[in-house]
Amino acid sequence: MNRPAITGWLLVLPAAALLALFTHWPIVGTVWDSFHATPKGSNPAPFVGLENYQVMIADEVFWKSLWNNLWFALGTIPISIALALVMALWVNSAMRGRIWLRVAFFTPTVLPMIAVANIWLFFYTPQYGLLEKLTTGLGFGTHNWLGTESTALACMIVVAIWKEAGFFMIFYLAALQSIPPSLAEAAALEGAPRGYYLRRIVLPLLMPTTLFVLVNAVINSFRLVDHIVVMTRGGPNNATSLLLFHVYQVGFSFWDTGYAAALTVVLLAILALAAIGQFVFLDRKVHYQ
Amino acid sequence: MTIRSLWRAAAAGLAAIALSAAAQTEITFYYPVAVGGPITKTIDQMSADFEKENPGIKVKPVYAGTYQETLVKAITAHKAGTPPTTAILLSTDMYTLIDEEAIAPWDELAPTADDKKWIASFYPAFMANSQTGGKTWGIPFQRSTIVLYWNKELFKEAGLDPNKAPATWKEMLEYAQKLTKKDAAGNVTQWGVQIPSSGFPYWLFQGLKTPNGVELMNAAGTETYFDKKEVVDALQYWVDLGRKHKVMSPGVVEWGTTPKDFFEKKIAMMWTTTGNLTNVKNNAKFEFGVAMLPQAKRRGSPTGGGNFYVFKKATKAQQEAAAKFAKFMTQPDRAAQWGIDTGYVAVRPDAWETKRMKDYVAGFPVAAVARDQLQYSVAELSTHENQRVTKALNDGLQAALTGAKSPEQAMKDAQAEATRILRSYKR
Repeated sequence: MNRPAITGWLLVLPAAALLALFTHWPIVGTVWDSFHATPKGSNPAPFVGLENYQVMIADEVFWKSLWNNLWFALGTIPISIALALVMALWVNSAMRGRIWLRVAFFTPTVLPMIAVANIWLFFYTPQYGLLEKLTTGLGFGTHNWLGTESTALACMIVVAIWKEAGFFMIFYLAALQSIPPSLAEAAALEGAPRGYYLRRIVLPLLMPTTLFVLVNAVINSFRLVDHIVVMTRGGPNNATSLLLFHVYQVGFSFWDTGYAAALTVVLLAILALAAIGQFVFLDRKVHYQ
Repeated sequence: MTIRSLWRAAAAGLAAIALSAAAQTEITFYYPVAVGGPITKTIDQMSADFEKENPGIKVKPVYAGTYQETLVKAITAHKAGTPPTTAILLSTDMYTLIDEEAIAPWDELAPTADDKKWIASFYPAFMANSQTGGKTWGIPFQRSTIVLYWNKELFKEAGLDPNKAPATWKEMLEYAQKLTKKDAAGNVTQWGVQIPSSGFPYWLFQGLKTPNGVELMNAAGTETYFDKKEVVDALQYWVDLGRKHKVMSPGVVEWGTTPKDFFEKKIAMMWTTTGNLTNVKNNAKFEFGVAMLPQAKRRGSPTGGGNFYVFKKATKAQQEAAAKFAKFMTQPDRAAQWGIDTGYVAVRPDAWETKRMKDYVAGFPVAAVARDQLQYSVAELSTHENQRVTKALNDGLQAALTGAKSPEQAMKDAQAEATRILRSYKR
């Protein structure tokens, strides 16, 4: 090996070692554990092959959580990205008080999720919660938002969007600021309408950011469960149970670590598939400068 | 100073540390509360008092979050080989801790005749979830029970006797009907009664099934009876309050906001833990009453709260120190003070005979309601694979309360799930 190559390897070594130790090795360990039963007391865990996966197929809560999670992803990802884009375009324009607007949009991101969930819990409270005050003020009846199976998941989606949109806005804002003003001037000179400029110049230039935000949004939709723990604990009757929450419950409430490992493998597989899909297929359509 | 004298000083210092370490036993004490707040101060104070009385022992309290988080931390630490010496954990997690081979029985930790007397000094209702297979695994420390709180002002407005709580299920329904108010548009502005059902509805449900004269499991914790007719009937009563009689908010009602609902006068009666007594006393801007839960065939309310456990992998010296600590913490006078400070039920009858407690009850008589209810308590739902079995019941209860399933179907499904979970324990 020549010297530059050695130097190169040495330079990536610390990062590679940390990744291997804290990411790759645990993944291998999880896959290994998923083929074993949960050890009872001081007995070692016996090898059970695919039994954990068979249990999973029969586990109604797993399927419910999986569907919930898909709906949760479908509900949060497009809306939070669209909102982030609109907010970024708005606070990027020259107007008074835009600093305050930016701060206001970004605040939800800064707050810890546990605190956020406690605030929203009171927004949704029947009768005297903020939402109820609004709806009853408009003449609608009262509704137990978190206590009804049909509305609980939607409530969780709204909290996630509120939390996420401001975070994604920052990325869009940074990208918008990096677009050279000369492009806008040239477009204006050529007589291009604003909508045309936005559609044909700004949005294509934002595509790399959109891809990055999309990847993050997908990961977050499977990762964000703090508010579930605080607000509904997966209830009522598993209506808001998401995959990661189910993993936590099986692993740390039921102490069925073997089965929890199998569930984690499925979660990893879903995320890996999503990431591969995004990077391989969408990447081709993204225009990099 | 020469190099040599420096070394000498360092060596002397090290030796001193080693000596004091040999003379001192350190015990770690996991306690389920988040950092800060008045409770940690009380615990710190009690630990300091204990150290003063027992110079050879050092207590290191670790504030570990909720009960659930504390259990997770304790079991994880146990699996890693470095468990806490002792911890306050839910009494109902006894089987989980036994199955993990994490805890040592008190019969081994405290074997003398005096110790036996100490173990026998607690309310039998609290020991129901602390003993199994002829052994004692937990010592009651902070225990609670469910009681009914009512708003005397709203009772007066509705033309009810403000000093009389409903004594039976029928009365509670009648009262609740009178106490439910609607505005001109037909929207309810005040519910008659509220039994929270989020998170752990199984606990509240035991305040319904026990009065209906039925047990949810056998004493060995290997069998459940969720689909018995009395259980289904008790659930039917709960569901009907919301869906048929419309005197309680339909669907699942949040546990955490229930006291707030009560303070805001959105509900006239609430079921919640005695652990909320101090909270209600400080925050209710109206006169309130506290009563035992209403009866159907009999009275009854589940117990709840935390026990002292000692971990198996701790050293012998640590275990002995932990036993001393538990005895210290549950002395009658200290148990009385703890009850007054927190609202938990003082865990032994002689604590209620102390001057401190007598004075307190004389000034605030409702503090004794929970104690008087204890004689009607039965063992709380606790089985092997406890969390999993409990979840099966919780899901069933919520499915019935939200109307997704009939009470009968919901309990049948919960029973089937529990039987499946417990199949390997039935030998």
